[in-house]
Amino acid sequence: MKANLKSLWQKLFGDSVRAFGVVSLVFLLSLAIAPAKNHFSEWRHYQHGYLKMIRNRSEANTLQRHFRGGIQQIWLPELGVVDRCTSCHVALKETSLTDVATQPFRAHPVIPHKLDEFGCTTCHRGQGAATTVSEAHNSTLAWEQPILPAKYNESSCGECHRNSQLGTPVLNEGRAMLARYGCVNCHMVKLPDGSTMKATDDPPSLSHIADKTTREWIYAWLKDPQAYATTATMPNFKLSDDDARDMSAFLIANSTPLAGDSVAVSGKAAADPTAGASLYGESFCASCHAVQNAAGNVVGGNVGPELTRIGSKAKPEWLQGWLKNPRIYDPTTAMPHYRFNDAQVATLAGFLEAKADSDLLGSIHLDSATPEQIAHGKRLVSDYGCASCHEIAGIKKPDNFAPELSRIGSKPVTQLLFLPGMPHTLPDYIAGKIKQPRAFSPGLKMPQYIFTATQIDALTTALLALNERANTLPPSLTVSAVPETNYQPAGKAGKLMTDLACFSCHRINGHGGDMAPDLTWEGSSVQRQWLVDFLKNPNTLRPALIRRMPRFNLTDAETNELADYIMTVYQSPAVDRDSMPLSGYSQGDIELGKQLFYGKYSCQGCHIVDTKTDKGYIGPTLTHVGSRLTAAWIYQWMKNPQALRPGTVEPNRAMSDEDARALTAFLISQKGGGKQEVAKK
Amino acid sequence: MTRDCWSIVILFIALTASLTTSCSRKNASVTLPKPTAFGVAVVESSGGKQVAQTGSLLPQPVVVQVNDEQGNGVTGALVQFESAAGVSFDPPNGLTDSSGQFTTNVSLGGMAGRYQLTAFTFDKSHKRIDLVLQEIALGYQQTLGRRLNDQYCDRCHNPESTVERVSNYDNLEVKPHPFTEGETLNKMTDADLTAIITYGGPALNKSALMPAWGNTLSKTEIQALISYIRAVADPPSRNSGPIYAKN
Repeated sequence: MKANLKSLWQKLFGDSVRAFGVVSLVFLLSLAIAPAKNHFSEWRHYQHGYLKMIRNRSEANTLQRHFRGGIQQIWLPELGVVDRCTSCHVALKETSLTDVATQPFRAHPVIPHKLDEFGCTTCHRGQGAATTVSEAHNSTLAWEQPILPAKYNESSCGECHRNSQLGTPVLNEGRAMLARYGCVNCHMVKLPDGSTMKATDDPPSLSHIADKTTREWIYAWLKDPQAYATTATMPNFKLSDDDARDMSAFLIANSTPLAGDSVAVSGKAAADPTAGASLYGESFCASCHAVQNAAGNVVGGNVGPELTRIGSKAKPEWLQGWLKNPRIYDPTTAMPHYRFNDAQVATLAGFLEAKADSDLLGSIHLDSATPEQIAHGKRLVSDYGCASCHEIAGIKKPDNFAPELSRIGSKPVTQLLFLPGMPHTLPDYIAGKIKQPRAFSPGLKMPQYIFTATQIDALTTALLALNERANTLPPSLTVSAVPETNYQPAGKAGKLMTDLACFSCHRINGHGGDMAPDLTWEGSSVQRQWLVDFLKNPNTLRPALIRRMPRFNLTDAETNELADYIMTVYQSPAVDRDSMPLSGYSQGDIELGKQLFYGKYSCQGCHIVDTKTDKGYIGPTLTHVGSRLTAAWIYQWMKNPQALRPGTVEPNRAMSDEDARALTAFLISQKGGGKQEVAKK
Repeated sequence: MTRDCWSIVILFIALTASLTTSCSRKNASVTLPKPTAFGVAVVESSGGKQVAQTGSLLPQPVVVQVNDEQGNGVTGALVQFESAAGVSFDPPNGLTDSSGQFTTNVSLGGMAGRYQLTAFTFDKSHKRIDLVLQEIALGYQQTLGRRLNDQYCDRCHNPESTVERVSNYDNLEVKPHPFTEGETLNKMTDADLTAIITYGGPALNKSALMPAWGNTLSKTEIQALISYIRAVADPPSRNSGPIYAKN
């Protein structure tokens, strides 16, 4: 054995010439590794595959001409992008290859950006500089961010686009949810523009809760909010019976009475058993509040809380006080102050109190609370951060109760604790945490939300967009959001508009809801007498709408105050309402307008002028439009509706002045023959 | 010295061997539930021809039913789903319930186009029985088109009314074509569709009830709408791209 080895050594390195030869050979072989590795590289394999594939296609010559062999690279210093993805994905720009299903040869689908200007990893993540599939697509020891799963793609849009865009519905939904479900009450989210994300869920104050409801209801609610209302935004804190008992004890003991929030009205409820339902319908409560129907569907708006079991919650006197004037209990509520008379309050309260569920509280029996229980309840209320969302007398709103999420989308994977069996990626971690927060540790305080899988994907998308790059992009590369203004109307009318909660539905000067029309230019648009009549008795303008303006039972003085303010202040610089008369148009113009209405422009597809023949259901009914709108507004609207109300559905027909004039003459002559328009049910 | 050499060589071999085995750890074999019954056919109960964004969950689950010779549901038959890479099923297989049905939630793949899902079961003689379904994944452009459709087109072009959105279809003297109506819309070229959207019905000698949108929608938006119309057409348009199925 030893002898064999010795002879081998002799053969190879016996003298200097042999030794030199052998060492040279070894060097040569090791040097050959690099070119060989290159020759057998993955990208070369794919490029050969591509050339083979295009050979048999009819446009082979064109494709061949476009093809560039070798390592390809998109280098964008400003974005920090070095992407070699196009070395394998060779045909991203070949629009003729839309029928090719095999990757990496698919053409890139149409997007609003040029690949050369944005690269690939800007949107898809992954390791751009890598030239093998596994290194480019997956996470490696040196590279944490794998390719982003397609369902989260819109998060990349959100790094630059801070505004809501039509093409990114998932991102928009996720961002709205962060505010709507109060996530940002506990988790601070500082947006890259320096502002802090604000919640839109408006949780009620608990300082006077004993006026409103019972300890039993609080107990049931704390145990399972969705058992009371399936659409409740409050999450489930998975409290033990004892903890819920003590917290409810504390909240009741801590509550102080509020003068005037509960009243026993002297009026008698209407004798007719259907009167309550009628009043609920006429007041369009369903525009904001939902009720679960017999089939289990939740029907109605989501501005206010669901009322399916309101009778099990609200004390009768409190409910009557609330219906009489909700602003006494909650000065900032989105609920309008209806001017109901006592009989109406009694009728409506009776109707709502009947919406009770005996199963909800039937099995709950709480003994009167001991001081220890109350003290324990107080500790729990501050431990669970209840005051992050709710105002609670004696408990300060905690600062940064939960981890800040401003850069959650860049959290290093090494800092995350994954559940067993969970893929080790950031999106999976975020989604898992939202889905089942307590699974990560039973001691965690984050409550259980009831989200669908689609909602979790949307939230994860929005959170992934909050990352390092979004925070460090130069401002020139970002598209900023239009911030909500804090516009408040002034004076007496302003107070009245706050009292009626106009901004819960209407938007004015960039502030308010989107359920009802934007009123920024209402003063240029409508005639004063129509506005007065409408405020007194709102009727529907659009036959197919189910959400409508309620009647607030305003006094004449209040109506005039509002009408004067709207007519004076909300005027568009583009429409001079006195520039065109409301009558006196020639019969010829009117006739021409009619022909244009029914012929060239076929407006009857969407509007009704003659109730006998027209059926259009989309735009407002125009039978009385001559008594409603100003002629100048109609004319400008004909010329360009989007200029007056961006986003309106009515198409811009680019009418000539003559056509617009004739149509204005025709429409302004539609005064409804003196008949009053009646609200359709 | 030689013994050292040999021991090093042996150690090296052992290391390599252990590394290779650990790396090529065999995939945990999928354990399928054991069927207690067998059917002769798989039929769709609901969930075919749905539309969702790429990579995302279909709005409704896919429900299939296993039937016996009489067409009655079979309880306890094994149903499995398969499709192209990137499509995921939750759960991917299982036994039919008491009404003979099996329900799964489907997430589509990352590329826009049509995805072919296959649900299959085995009959008594272990013969495989397939049911093929198709679902539609929308990319960025089609998603934009879909939003525009919701905002501007759907009220007239979709005959179905909901409580929240009452259709105007029945009010129109000349009926618009629903965008799923492939027989008609597939015959129209992109240029035709662009013309009718931009200049209105009269541009193609059709009803003036279809207004001109050329001053309201941008060219990009009109292209997005057309790509959406192509994506949802039934039967499928020739331009709707490849169909992704299990290779």
